[in-house]
Amino acid sequence: MTTYFTQDHEWIAVDGDSATVGITDYAQAQLGDVVFVEVPPAGTEVAKGKETAVVESVKAASDVYAPVSGTVTQANAELEGDPSLVNTSPEAAGWFFKLTLSDPGELEGLMDETAYKAFVAGL
Amino acid sequence: MSAEDSPAEPLPLDGWHRARGARMVPFAGYAMPIQYEGIMAEHAWTREHAGLFDVSHMGQLTLAGEGLDDALEALLPADVKSLAVGRMRYSLLLNRSGGIIDDLMLCRWPTKIYMVVNGAVKAGDIAHMRAHLPSAITLDHMTERALLALQGPEAFAALARLTTGRWDLAALSFMMGGPYEIGGIDAFITRSGYTGEDGFEISVDAAHVEKVADLLCAQPEVKPIGLGARDSLRLEAGLPLYGHDLDTNTDPVSADLGFAISKRRRAEGGFPGADLILKRLAEGVPTKRVGLAVEGRLPAREGAEIFAGDSRVGTVTSGGFAPTIGAPIAMGYIDSAHAAPGTRLEIEVRGKRLAATVTPMPFVPHHYVRKGAA
Repeated sequence: MTTYFTQDHEWIAVDGDSATVGITDYAQAQLGDVVFVEVPPAGTEVAKGKETAVVESVKAASDVYAPVSGTVTQANAELEGDPSLVNTSPEAAGWFFKLTLSDPGELEGLMDETAYKAFVAGL
Repeated sequence: MSAEDSPAEPLPLDGWHRARGARMVPFAGYAMPIQYEGIMAEHAWTREHAGLFDVSHMGQLTLAGEGLDDALEALLPADVKSLAVGRMRYSLLLNRSGGIIDDLMLCRWPTKIYMVVNGAVKAGDIAHMRAHLPSAITLDHMTERALLALQGPEAFAALARLTTGRWDLAALSFMMGGPYEIGGIDAFITRSGYTGEDGFEISVDAAHVEKVADLLCAQPEVKPIGLGARDSLRLEAGLPLYGHDLDTNTDPVSADLGFAISKRRRAEGGFPGADLILKRLAEGVPTKRVGLAVEGRLPAREGAEIFAGDSRVGTVTSGGFAPTIGAPIAMGYIDSAHAAPGTRLEIEVRGKRLAATVTPMPFVPHHYVRKGAA
């Protein structure tokens, strides 16, 4: 399994043609206390770079973009009861949705962990 | 140029906030702390202990001169003439059609009126007052002053420990003010604030504000709190925020601020927009600011449309997640026919209809320490 990162602070952990998507620790720290997460239901077609999920913090609503195109296979139901998982475990239990990739070639433009850390350090 | 285009100016405590880990954001033309450890924790701390807020962006003014009370009564619906030294009153700067130019606090000093206005509109307020006040009245914008708010049930204990002066701090009850010293630094302290909790606003020379902030934060009850929690606290307290819940298109009656129009002024009129405002007080208003309890966890925010069935009946002007309640709340303007407490409505958020109920405000009870109370 390989994890990639976007400049919009999403992570995508890829295993073959399926993947899990969430937001990074940096992103959750920027958002602050998460009170609601709206994730796309299974079956939703998502397009790379398009608004796909919404994170509501106490202060504001923020869009989450799909890191790659594909079809959602599962949304994280745990987030409905406990949206703070995005704050406490952004890169594990606080995942947003799983999808089947429609074009694995889209992964090529994404950062690996080292590149993402350097990107965040430069912000 | 709007505030967003302007470079954000630093406030006197800029470095102090950054050293405490604040995330700074542009607000009202200034770089201000939105949060330190997190809005939920800061909100809860203020409701349980005492939070220190830097509100130095707000405009602190003094007005003086022959005929001051009459001159102010021509611009505001407050009974200025009955305001005794050391007493404070909430009021509204109104335009000729009764629209709200700003909401503000007035406090009588021995020879002056001290006024606190909102930071985002202070330049316009000052220009309006300078244009309309007679030449005998001088208006001083005290740009050399900083303003701190200490809010919460333990604010009194923390501040009383540091305060000296002619009067005991306990002599101040809600909406009173007086001169004190904090660590030898002159401070004008009022028992007021915008969180619904007991608390104080503390005006000091900007050159000494860092020392005062350090002294306050050295008290075990006190932590610095950002703008994010200030907003969630005032929303729970049902207090309107200028530029969101109030503007020049809203009048005091529609805004449910009728209490700011004193009895004598209702009888005599003579304030801007009095004809419309007195008519609305007598006959009712077409739309009204109300509170809304929102079902579920998805917050309804400013701009969300409110429906009764298929009919659009209003708009949310402030909304968010209420940490003390653990659910979303909102305030907005609604057609009066649907504004009775208990009315079930729907708010549209991203194409979804959220169930909401008109709810009396405040959402969280106020804990002001009023005169005569134990």
